[in-house]
Amino acid sequence: MRKSKMKVLWFALFCLILAACSSEGSSNEADDAIDADEVSEDAIKVGALLPYSGVYASLGEHLTKGMELYFDEVDWEVNGKEIVLLKEDTEADPQNSLRRARRLIDQYEVDILTGPVSTAVAYALRDEVDSNQVPFLVSHAGGDDLTRDMRSDYIWRSSFSSWQIGHSLGEWAYENVGEKIYVAAADYAFGHEVAAAFMTAFEEAGGEIIGEVYPPLGNNDYASHLTQINSSDADAVYAFFAGSDAARFVQQYDEYGLKDEIPLIGAGWLVGEDVRPAQGDSPEGAIVSIFWDYNLDTPENIAFVEAYEAKYDERPSIESLEGYDAARIIVEALESIEGDTSDPDQIVEAISQVEIDSPRGHIRFDQDTHHIIQNMYITETVIEDGQTENYVIDSVEEVIDPGE
Amino acid sequence: MDIFGVVIVNGLSYGLLLFIITCGLSLVFGIMGVLNLAHGSMYMLAAYMAYTITTVFAPNFWVALLVAPILVGIIAFVLEIVLLRPTYHLGHLSQVLLTFGLAYIFHDLAHWIWGSNVLSLNVPEVLSGSVSLFGQTFPLYRISLIGFGILLAILLWLLQDKTRWGAIIRAGLTDKEMVSGLGINIKLVFTAVFILGGILAGIGGVVAAPILGLFPGMEFEILILALVVLVIGGLGSIAGTFVASILVGLVEAFSSFYFPQISLFVIFALMALILIVRPNGLLGKKVSG
Repeated sequence: MRKSKMKVLWFALFCLILAACSSEGSSNEADDAIDADEVSEDAIKVGALLPYSGVYASLGEHLTKGMELYFDEVDWEVNGKEIVLLKEDTEADPQNSLRRARRLIDQYEVDILTGPVSTAVAYALRDEVDSNQVPFLVSHAGGDDLTRDMRSDYIWRSSFSSWQIGHSLGEWAYENVGEKIYVAAADYAFGHEVAAAFMTAFEEAGGEIIGEVYPPLGNNDYASHLTQINSSDADAVYAFFAGSDAARFVQQYDEYGLKDEIPLIGAGWLVGEDVRPAQGDSPEGAIVSIFWDYNLDTPENIAFVEAYEAKYDERPSIESLEGYDAARIIVEALESIEGDTSDPDQIVEAISQVEIDSPRGHIRFDQDTHHIIQNMYITETVIEDGQTENYVIDSVEEVIDPGE
Repeated sequence: MDIFGVVIVNGLSYGLLLFIITCGLSLVFGIMGVLNLAHGSMYMLAAYMAYTITTVFAPNFWVALLVAPILVGIIAFVLEIVLLRPTYHLGHLSQVLLTFGLAYIFHDLAHWIWGSNVLSLNVPEVLSGSVSLFGQTFPLYRISLIGFGILLAILLWLLQDKTRWGAIIRAGLTDKEMVSGLGINIKLVFTAVFILGGILAGIGGVVAAPILGLFPGMEFEILILALVVLVIGGLGSIAGTFVASILVGLVEAFSSFYFPQISLFVIFALMALILIVRPNGLLGKKVSG
């Protein structure tokens, strides 16, 4: 009796770990992709490869909402041709995404692809897109290599790179925050890339990194790491965490009494729109660098925020902005070639020439790296009317990824 | 030396949090032989319910701590009567599959009701301060978790070892037919144990929410840790779970202090090591046949 119980326990644990490794959450197959037969012959087909289930589900939803908001503004039309958005769920699973990308390319014959959220997914899709010559506008995934060693003629990125995020705060931190910094980042490729870019810029400016710690992704408890940081003589902590990790880290940073002693700086996701409600007053005083902020005081941004809130009755997140911009770049590119999607090279060429005043500021593409050139904003979190808000306190203009 | 003390306090508070979350799972498994893979889901449901209670109905942590576990207890009651009871004669595997399926259903349900944003429950005001120990600030809430965990362990131990009810449960575990023969309704006992397991999962969810946050997938994160605790502790019911939770908490605290990159690996390595030395877990009883 007991022996068989123990066996069941092992078996279940084994299955669960396997399940957790392959993909988290439900295997939601319910994509609402439109039937290929219903799409009219000359409609422009945009394929969105985004996570609608699993850990990044909320990011995928926000990107989609942003895209749909912009497509609404142009009535889902370019030069009289209808725009159709075909959505496929990538989760955060590279293998699964590849199958779904093939379906979009072979079965639906999409004209342009956009997405994904996970960099691992983006890397997995790279060769497929390149060999099939499908224009691919990367609207979130930030891994450096996508616009460096792995760059492709057909891939352009409108979001950001790890380097842009990390590097932008390096010099600023040395001049405005302190000379000795402790670095804490989530232990996965993007966390390491952001941390490395920050450290390079900070050390070049003359600063000293006095410690680094990389807790695993999805870490429950930062208590021990915080203890370690507290016993160092750091002038500040540079942190990169996102989602539930960011919520926990910033909250625990406050609970363990570090907030009042060591300033917290980092990458924008640390105090993003999606996690601040869960963080309470903890993020007060945090300084981060990011390429868009809710309170950015430009006419384009005010209009975007108003339209988004009117349509969805919630605040846009940075992913909503990414989706909105991606949709706009697609539409502007197609307009410039009068909706003629017969030649993918022409579409790619049109994308590369797009230059717009986005809610995040002026953006254009670097013709060498295919990466976006944009402003980076330094924001500080303050408490206003009982809740936290981020405000832009400085900006770094036209940040160009070096591409190597 | 100070830093050593700090890590121990961190480890203890995390370990006892794990105990509060895991003890219900262990109780149900030890007594009923049902490995409830929906335990994490009950934990998650209670946390989300507590969030709704404090934001919509009454901004009071204690009300949530009382109401949410009871609601989850009711869900457990329905599940046991309707779904679980017909599977008892089918063997362990069918219950594993059933409860795992339920976990996915609850996952989608929670996603549908509460969305996918990260949410958080506020720490009750009385416990929102901090205390100074070993020259380091500790959140009062964490320290009180240590006390609450120990209290819960003592209560469960008393219930199991010192009450008539506990005696019936233990007897039912060894020899179902005999207990039934003595005129005790064993079905009722099982239902009661499963409800208790649900309530304990619920308490775990509410007390963990202010620390671990609420987000889709939180239940699977915890379920894996809970199963690790169960494997390490063995089937010695509450005592085994208690020892294993504290051990995992301390190992986690020390490994993430000294080698942060591999802290998760260290826990699994510990599990493997213990299984090699004691295949039935630390306090697991001897296997006979």
